[in-house]
This record gives sequence, structure tokens and C-alpha cells, in this order.
Amino acid sequence: MISSVPQLTDLTKPRILLMGPRRSGKTSILRVVFQKMPPHETLFLESTHAVDIRLANNNPFLQFQIWDFPGDFFFNRVSRNGGEGGGGGRELGGSMTQEGEGEGPKGRELLDEVGVFGAPAALVFVLDAQDEPYHEALTRLVDLVARGQSVNPSLHVVVFIHKVDGDLFLSDEHKVDCQRDVQHRIAQELRDASLEHVEVSCFLTSIYDHSIFEAFSKIVQRLTHQLPVMENLLNYLISACKMEKSFLFDVVSRLYLATDSNPVDMQTYEMCVDMIDVVVDVSCIYGVKYDAKGEAEGPVYDSDSSSTIHLSNGMVLYLREVDE
Amino acid sequence: MARDTMRLSPTLDVEHHHVRFLGNLVLNLWDCGGQDAFYESYFDSQRDLIFRSVEVLIYVFDVESADTEKDMSHFMGVLEAIDQYSPDAKLFVLIHKMDLVAEEDRESVFLDRQKMILGLATSRFNFAVTFFKTSIWDETLYKAWSGIVYQLVPNVKALEEQLNSLCEICGANEMVLFERATFLVIAHATHAAHSDVHRFEKISNIIKQFKLSCGKTQAQFHGMEVGNSAFTAYIDLFTSNTYIMVILSDSRIHTTTTQINVKAARAAFEAFVP
Repeated sequence: MISSVPQLTDLTKPRILLMGPRRSGKTSILRVVFQKMPPHETLFLESTHAVDIRLANNNPFLQFQIWDFPGDFFFNRVSRNGGEGGGGGRELGGSMTQEGEGEGPKGRELLDEVGVFGAPAALVFVLDAQDEPYHEALTRLVDLVARGQSVNPSLHVVVFIHKVDGDLFLSDEHKVDCQRDVQHRIAQELRDASLEHVEVSCFLTSIYDHSIFEAFSKIVQRLTHQLPVMENLLNYLISACKMEKSFLFDVVSRLYLATDSNPVDMQTYEMCVDMIDVVVDVSCIYGVKYDAKGEAEGPVYDSDSSSTIHLSNGMVLYLREVDE
Repeated sequence: MARDTMRLSPTLDVEHHHVRFLGNLVLNLWDCGGQDAFYESYFDSQRDLIFRSVEVLIYVFDVESADTEKDMSHFMGVLEAIDQYSPDAKLFVLIHKMDLVAEEDRESVFLDRQKMILGLATSRFNFAVTFFKTSIWDETLYKAWSGIVYQLVPNVKALEEQLNSLCEICGANEMVLFERATFLVIAHATHAAHSDVHRFEKISNIIKQFKLSCGKTQAQFHGMEVGNSAFTAYIDLFTSNTYIMVILSDSRIHTTTTQINVKAARAAFEAFVP
């Protein structure tokens, strides 16, 4: 899964562009979703100073560039990290390659709108829900949408109303109110900028629960061409096996790549994610394989991995590996 | 959940909790507030109430405490009262918040602290004290509680013998009994060496987390089977107050066989752990 030499084709992979005000939580999201950092440890993360491009390459259906922008990013003024030309991107996922290697002034280039938005991409704008008023952030969002639209009319725009946790958001009602407020204001701002045709979807997210995984899954699905086929296959599966619900997961990131057309119940999704945690954690204890020298060998999650969990209400969770 | 503890407020005076353990063993937990004013009343007006018929004393030290001298004087006061009212009590000391100490220093800091506390305690009293280093962020806390509870389970030796023979019969690598409500380890039989000494606590931790997430859907965890090409782990309700975990690595043994064996052993085990 680790390709030490970045391929030229990597740069043609769809981009997920994480933007938003300083300290809104962009880097934390990446660390939690793709590097399994425990949420409480993200408090110690330094702020990002240059655009950081990484590659998510967990499986054939999860192939992305993820661009983490500094909060004070301005087009043309800030250079990006990463190799020159075709070299961009470091591995994300189960294992990380070393950071910051080969970054000289030579490898930097100026970024303009075409450089950022001129490829299939999703703009993810991270808004700190605990940092009211949102006026400045929303102005920035509209500016980004306008720039993005001008070069890439098919740009997906997604807003994470982030950090809906802690004392300010104890009840669901608070969260829903906040989402309604933000959505309303975005619609208004877009109208004022004559951009009302742009579709902006909002997600309430927090790194302390599963909402960030759910939201990120949705973005990944939007950028996956094979999605309708996979959804159809899952629909066949559940009708043939009389299942209630099915998810196709990327085990490494816990994102789901597709699900059948039955409605997604957040709790079922959470339980499936937790099940993967259980399977991987237990396998790490008892399922480690050793080679002749007594050293650990191969991934603990392998092609024979499977699990069944029984619950008191008759529900059965079943997990197994499907072919890559 | 560890992170939810941030919302806890300081304990005022003494809070009483009950934990039903193994069905009919009720543990009365007295959570004593740690502020100086409370100590005064523990040692004085409430002395008799607090320290009479204590079965187990668990004393928690903050490893990062700024005033170890005061901590020690409080502890000595407690020992004195225990010595007076409940001389047969079992004593456990948790050196807590170990997560704040750099990982490579933990063992030496722990040993230092243990030496200091033991030195003071044994100079005046004749107690055997068991020490644990703990943190709410990892499995060490389970390790401590399992160790404490292990000393309270009746028939534990006979129980382990029985578990050993069942493990043998099933051709299993390992069998572990967990208490049903707390998922603490109460006995284990190991027939294939394993390098990770903390594995039971880790399993407790993993299953407990998963039970919490089942709780959100109004369902309870019943049992599970997990495996890859190297092993199969099977966890199921066993006696009315325990779960059993069976680890198999021999691919010729089908888990259905194990399930039948375990089921057949259920009745016999009820006699040891109701």
C-alpha cells in the first residue's frame, strides 16, 4: 500500500481541499480520520503554515489528494509543499511516510485559482461552530466559492460546521439550530454574490464522535465514479440475503464507500464503525502472524478476517473482507 | 468513557455507590472527596463511620502532585485510622495520572514513588500494600481493578483449575472468564504463551467500549466471534454472571465444536461462579 515513489498519476486523482479560518480544526480532522490520532491529542497540533498535500491511497476506491491549507491562505501568495511537477503528495493512511522530506525552495511553486481548483475536486470549508459570529468566515467561503466556480463549475462545495461538541452544544436542538442559521446565512451571502445556483451542503461535525467520519464518507462518495454500481450491488446483496442494511467500508479509515438505498441510521453506522475497531483491536492482540525469525509479519486484517456479533435484540452484525 | 470525566465535578464529602458483582456480591464503594477540609472530618468527627469494617482501601495518589508531603501525611492519617478500626483490610495504592509522565520514565517514577510510600508506611504499620500505576486513558486502570477484584472472588483457585481442564479439552490457546457487569477478568487459563501481559485488560477495555456503543441502540452485547487467518476468538455469555472468551489458533477446530463444549461446561461452572 505504500508507494515510496509518488507516481505522476497521483496528481490526476480527485482533490479534497480543506479550507477555512485559522484554528477551525482542518488538520485535526485529517489526523483523526486518516491517522487514527486520538481526538484529545489534537489539542497539541501546531498550526499549518504551508499547503500540505497528502495522498490517501487505502484501496482502489479510496484514491485522493488531500490538500490541507493554512487558515490565512491567499491565492498566489503562498507556495505549496511537495515535489515539483508530478512529485506532489505523501502517503496517508495506515502508515505514514516521513514528513517534510525533499522540500526545498526548488520544489515550491505559486498557487493560483487554476492550480488549486482546476481538477476534479471537493472544497471542504471548515467552520468553527464555537467561534461566533461567523460573518468573516462566511465572507471567505463565498470568496472561495466564487474563485472556484470561475475555473471549475463542477466543483463540489461542502461546509463542515465543526466542533459541535462541548458545553455549547450539549443538546441536538442546539446543533440543529446552528445548522439552520448557518445554512440560511450561506444562502443569503451566495444570493448577494449572484452565486445562488451553487449547491452547498452542510454537515454538523465533531472529532469526538462519528459525525466527522460520516461527513467525510459523503465527500468521498461524491468523488467516486463507481458509486452507482457499488450501490446497486449492495442493493442486490441485501435483498438476496434478507439483510437490513449493508455498508462497504474502507477498514483503514473507517469511511464508508457505499451503502444500499435503505436509509442510513446514524446509530447503525456508528455500531459498524465500532465493530471494525473491535475486530482490528482484538486481531492486533491475538492475530499477529510471525515469520521464522519471530518477527511480526503482514497486516492483522487479512483476507480471512471476519466477525459476527450478536446483540440481545436479535440484531446480528456481520463483517467480512470483500475482494479488492 | 475516559474523556467524559472532564465534566465531573470534585467529590463533596463521601459519595456512595453500589456495584453488583458476580450476582450477589455487592461492593459498596465509598468515593471520598480529597480536599483538605474533608480529611479533617474523616479523621475526626466521621472517623468511626468511615473507617469501621473496611474490607478494601484503595488510595489514589496523583503522580504529578505539587505537595507530596501533604499527600503522605494524609495517607499516614488514613493508615492510622485503618489500623485502629479495620486492621484486616486489604490495601491498594494507585499511582494515578501516569499519562502525564513521559512513557520511558513511567516505570522509574512509579518505583520511586512506591519506595517512598512503602518506606513511610512500613516504618509504622504492618500492612501488605499492593501498588498499581494507572491512567484513565489506557488499560492500566482495568489491570488495577482486576487485581483488586481477583482478591475478593471466592473459590478462585478451584475455578482456575476447572477452567484449565476445559481449556485442555477444547484444545484452546487460552480461556478467560470476565465478570458480566464490569467485564473485569476473574480467572484465566493459558495454554499457549503470549507476549502481551496486558492483553486481558485490553480486551476488557475493547469490549466495554463496544458495550457502550450497543447501549445507544437499546441493545445489549451478547457474544461475538472474530478471526483472521491466524486465530479465532469467541466471546459469549457463560454462567449467569460471567462471559467466557476462547482463543483458538488451530484451524482444524471448528468454533461450533467449541461452542458445544462450552455450553456443556456451563452447568458445572455455575457451582463455582454463580
